[in-house]
This record gives sequence, C-alpha cells and structure tokens, in this order.
Amino acid sequence: MDKIFGRPKSLRDIPTHYCSGCGHGIAHRLISEVVDELDIRERIIGVAPIGCAVIAYDYWDFDCCEAAHGRALAVATGIKRVRPEAIVFTYQGDGDLVAIGCAETIHAANRGENLTTVFINNAVYGMTGGQMAPTTLLNQKTATTPFGRDAKSAGYPLKISELLAQLSGVYYVERVSTDSPVKVLAAKRAIKQAFINQIEGKGFSLVEILSACPTYLGMKPTAAVKWVREEMTKEFPLGKIK
Amino acid sequence: MRNQKLVPKVEILHRETSGSRRSSYKVTAFGKTRNQKILISGNEAIAEAAVQAGCRFYAGYPITPQNEIPAYMAKRMPGIGGVFIQSESELAAISMVMGASAAGARAMTSSSSPGISLKQEGISYIAGAELPAVIVNVMRAGPGLGNIWPAQSDYFQAVKGGGHGDYHNIVLAPSSAQEAFDLTMFAFDLADKYRNPVMILSDGMSGQMMEPIVIPEDRKNLLSGICCLTSEKKWAVTGCKDRLPNLVASFRMCLGDTEKLNQHLQGKYKQILADEQRCESVGIDEAEIIIVAYGIMARIAKGAIKTLKAKNIKVGLIRPITLWPFPETQITQILKHRLGRVKYFLVVEMSYGQMVEDVRLAVNGKAKVEFLGRAGGGVPTEEEIIKRLEVISDKL
Ligand SMILES: Cc1ncc(C[n+]2csc(CCOP(=O)(O)OP(=O)(O)O)c2C)c(N)n1
Ligand code: SF4
Repeated sequence: MDKIFGRPKSLRDIPTHYCSGCGHGIAHRLISEVVDELDIRERIIGVAPIGCAVIAYDYWDFDCCEAAHGRALAVATGIKRVRPEAIVFTYQGDGDLVAIGCAETIHAANRGENLTTVFINNAVYGMTGGQMAPTTLLNQKTATTPFGRDAKSAGYPLKISELLAQLSGVYYVERVSTDSPVKVLAAKRAIKQAFINQIEGKGFSLVEILSACPTYLGMKPTAAVKWVREEMTKEFPLGKIK
Repeated sequence: MRNQKLVPKVEILHRETSGSRRSSYKVTAFGKTRNQKILISGNEAIAEAAVQAGCRFYAGYPITPQNEIPAYMAKRMPGIGGVFIQSESELAAISMVMGASAAGARAMTSSSSPGISLKQEGISYIAGAELPAVIVNVMRAGPGLGNIWPAQSDYFQAVKGGGHGDYHNIVLAPSSAQEAFDLTMFAFDLADKYRNPVMILSDGMSGQMMEPIVIPEDRKNLLSGICCLTSEKKWAVTGCKDRLPNLVASFRMCLGDTEKLNQHLQGKYKQILADEQRCESVGIDEAEIIIVAYGIMARIAKGAIKTLKAKNIKVGLIRPITLWPFPETQITQILKHRLGRVKYFLVVEMSYGQMVEDVRLAVNGKAKVEFLGRAGGGVPTEEEIIKRLEVISDKL
C-alpha cells in the first residue's frame, strides 16, 4: 500500500510544547512540507523569533539561528548577504515583527532583501502572558487592556502587511489563515510561493498567517479558531495584498 | 593563510572638503609590494586592517567621530566581494553582524558611544551564542548625547560586560594608527579563536588623527596570523548539506542548561585571562611612581615621563593593550619584585575614574593609587600630569 501522508522529513518527531489549538504548530508543519517539496532542506536557514516560537528550531530539522526580540530580519539580512545561495527565512510573531522589530521589518523589506518572512498574527503576546499586541483588535481584552483595547490610549490594530505592500522593495505579501482545512491549504500555497520567489531572486516576500492563541483569548480551541475566522478577518481581510 | 603575500596598493587621493584638504585612500589593485608606508587616520587604519584580516561584512549606522570607517567600507567592500550595509540603526547593524558571523563570515561593525549603547543587546546575544565579531567603539563624550569630543568614558561598558548577563568582551586599546591597524587584524583572530566578541576601544582623537603606518609585506611579526577560514567554522549555519543541522543560539530551554552554558563561558574567560593579557611597560625597573594609562592618554603620559626624567623623578608607565583581560599579572609581578620601591600608581584617564578601579584591584593595597582624569571632552594635558607627579614625588 502506498503511504500518502506522513511526517515531513524536515519536521522532527518530538512532542509539541505549544498549547492545544495553537496555530504555531500548523505553521511549523506547513513550512516543513514546503521545504521538503521544494527540496531545499540542505540550503535553508531559518531565523527563529523571541516569542512562543523561540524554539521553533527544535522542530525543524535544518540549520537555524536565533535573533534578539524583533531583530530576526536584521540577522537574516546578515546571513543572506554572505550566503546568497542559501534560502533564508524568518518566522516571527506580531510582537516580534510589528512592535519591537518594526524598524528592522520595514527596512529589510524596503531594501528588497531576497528573504521570506512567515508572520504569525495571533493578536496577543503569547509568551509573556497575553498582553496587548500591535495587532490586538479594538475592544479585545488582554492582560494590559483589561477593559478592552481603546483606540484613544492604545491606538489601532496595525496592519503591517498593507503598510509593507506600499514599499517598492517588497515583491509579495499575502494574508492567510489557519481557521479551516481549506484555509490551511491556501496558507501552504502562499508559503510555497514566498519561498519560490526567493529561489527565483524576486525580493522580499511575506506571508501573514492569522493564528489562534486559545490560551490568551481565554477560549476553547474551537471557539478561538472561530474567533479568528469571524472577528480577526474583519480587521485583517484575507487575500493577496501584493 | 600565514604570510599572506597579497597586500593592496594604496594610492593617496586628495579631495576638497568645504575648502579644507583631506586625504583619503583608494586601493587600486592587489599585488606584491614592499613594506608600504602610508598616511592614514586611525579610523581608516581600522577599516583597512579589517579588510586585510578577511572581514567581508560590515554594517553600521553613521555617528561622529567614526564616520570614516563606514565611508571607507562602502568604497572598499564592493571591489573585494564584500558586503557593506548602512543599517537603519545600531540595533540592526549588530544583529546583521550576528547573522553574517553565524553564517561563517568575518564581520565587523563600528560606532561611537551612544551607538555602542544600542549595540549592547546584540553584543550580549553574540557572546551568548558564542559567535566571533569585531566591534569598534570610537569613544566620544557622554553621558546622553554628550558631544563628539574624545573621551574614555565607556571603559566600564566595554570591559565589565555592557549588556545583560555574565559575559566579557575581549577589549583592545590601540594608542596609534599603526597599532589600530595591527590590533584590528589581531582582533579577528582572537574573535575566531575564542568565538567571542572583540571590541576595539579607540577615541575621537585617535580616530581622526592622521599618522604614517607601515603595512608590512612580511606578516611574520604581526600579531595576526591564524586567519580562520570559513570552512573551519563547523558550527556555522550554511545549510545542512552532508551533516546534521547546526543551531546558533544563546537560549537554552531547560533550567540547568543555561547554567551549564554560563559555566562553559566562564571557563573560556578564565583561559583568556590566563593567555591574552597584554601591555607595554616603560621604565619599570627604576620607577618609584608608575603611570597607568591606555590609548591616546598613554602617549600624552609618555611625554610627561620624558620631562620628569630630566628632573630625576623616576616614573614608569604601564600601558594596557588589552583592557579585558586587564594586565593585572604585570602589576602583581612588578609589586612582587619591587615591593616597597614602587610607592605610587597614578592612573590617568579621559574619564572620571573607571580603569582606576581595575588598577586598585590589581595593586590590592600594596602601593598607593592616585587618579587624574577629565571627561566630557577635556583631555588631561602633559603639564597637568607633570604637576601631579611632582606633587606625588614630594610625598615620596
Ligand atoms: C528586548 C525584549 N523585550 C521583551 C521581551 C519579552 N518578550 C518575549 S516574547 C514577547 C512577545 C511575544 O509576542 P509575539 O511576538 O506576538 O509572539 P507569540 O508569543 O504571541 O507567538 C516579549 C514581549 C524580550 N524577550 N526581549
Ligand atoms: S500561549 Fe498562545 S501562542 Fe503561545 S503556545 Fe499557547 S496558544 Fe500558542
């Protein structure tokens, strides 16, 4: 009998440390599948963020490097510039990419670095205990917006993908979600495209993945996924942005 | 790579900069040349030395008084297959250096005091991830924005860690353009050897001053010589072809593992302390008073010593070349052999007393330690040093 589904070669067989219903695990797997399908495991170098995915490299069976909180795209720039033949990507949360790393993100994108970024938008800071992220929705309760995010004092959800799409150096930006099997498949297609772009030397590509953090939404996994589908996508519409 | 035969031909160009004539250098070609004497600023000597040490990645953000370094690199790197990036900030520059180094390249960044404060984040990560990197601090006056005048006020930051965590930079302090050249080349070897950040601690005066230097064809007598090849960096992230995946990270998930990493680092620092202390000593065998000064301050002190010799005041000099590891062995040896005869140490700094703390620790009460310093752009003059030494001499 033919085996038609199994663990990607680039994904290690270890127990997960993520909470149940967390989107990170799905995204890790999609990256591994794409790496296998494009046969780039021996060329790929991942840059892990600071956030719940800080040990993403424990799951990926290929070369990885750490970056300080928010500096993943600066580290990736250094790697890619001295190893143009390598396929270099960053994996970053919304705190990492949009808040503390906003300057590094915008400038790497604006330089048109030939890199791929997988951006996990879960609308909260997971690792530090569910504080407000730049992408937290208005009225959303978090540890640091206990009465709901109020635009008057905490500003608005920051749509970094739309912002980056304005930059000449950016080649490809797409927002996807992991809230249903169909959307997961679409997410994989986008990730694959973002890697193919790099292989073809097209410039900066970013895939934003809307992802559930049931733990700090204070919801059951199914409710959290539903919240992503129904609430998050209103603020962050899915589709190709550039 | 020892005795590298290829040295660049350097041509002196002149460019008009708002009426004033400043020279700059254009490297025209690589070829065999005899010992070459060129006139060069301290900053440019550092940049050219980095290139000759095999540095092929430079990232930095403009700040005075070190702007000659990025400008030199911007011109020099493209012709030799190197990378120059003007980064969006010092935070980004040091992280770019971290990436380039993780990928196996010899990499450098430079800045001046306020920018070096921003680099502390990355330096701490580089130390924790055990990556080689060279960081140049052309110190200016602080605190805050301070000003562009020279200072030595970042000594604590450089030698005591600077960023978070129990780590050490190796810190080298050149006192001439020639030494800036030699020590920068050496810095890359030390960085590779120990997989540790190495800081060149210069200052605005040393960086701007033009001096003749010799770029020797014969490298045998240079400190530098190991020139670690990328292929030897088995830990680098290069894509896991024909080997298990590599990971470059300071983070350890399990409690005991971070302590283990710290113990490993401490072992490395102990080794560096034992093997890498360097200093220049002048007139120690006769001295009753010993000046301790580094960088440009040591050169000014040498002038004072000459004058006092004529007045029969016996003053020697210890000039630390490595600030970390601090050359404490030299001081303890002197005290062992000349106990009672060396009565005073005078520490002279362009700060309000930073290195003096390390001198006090080394002297450990076996002689008196006095301090003379100015900061914020003030530089202790030869006359001030002489006056102070005369006062000390009267107390002998
Ligand atoms: C300089 C610095 N500031 C703060 C932190 C603490 N910190 C760790 S992760 C994080 C935010 C993580 O949120 P996000 O990037 O959205 O990732 P998630 O955990 O949600 O996946 C913060 C603030 C840190 N590690 N370093
Ligand atoms: S806290 Fe949230 S982001 Fe972090 S692992 Fe749990 S569900 Fe995922």
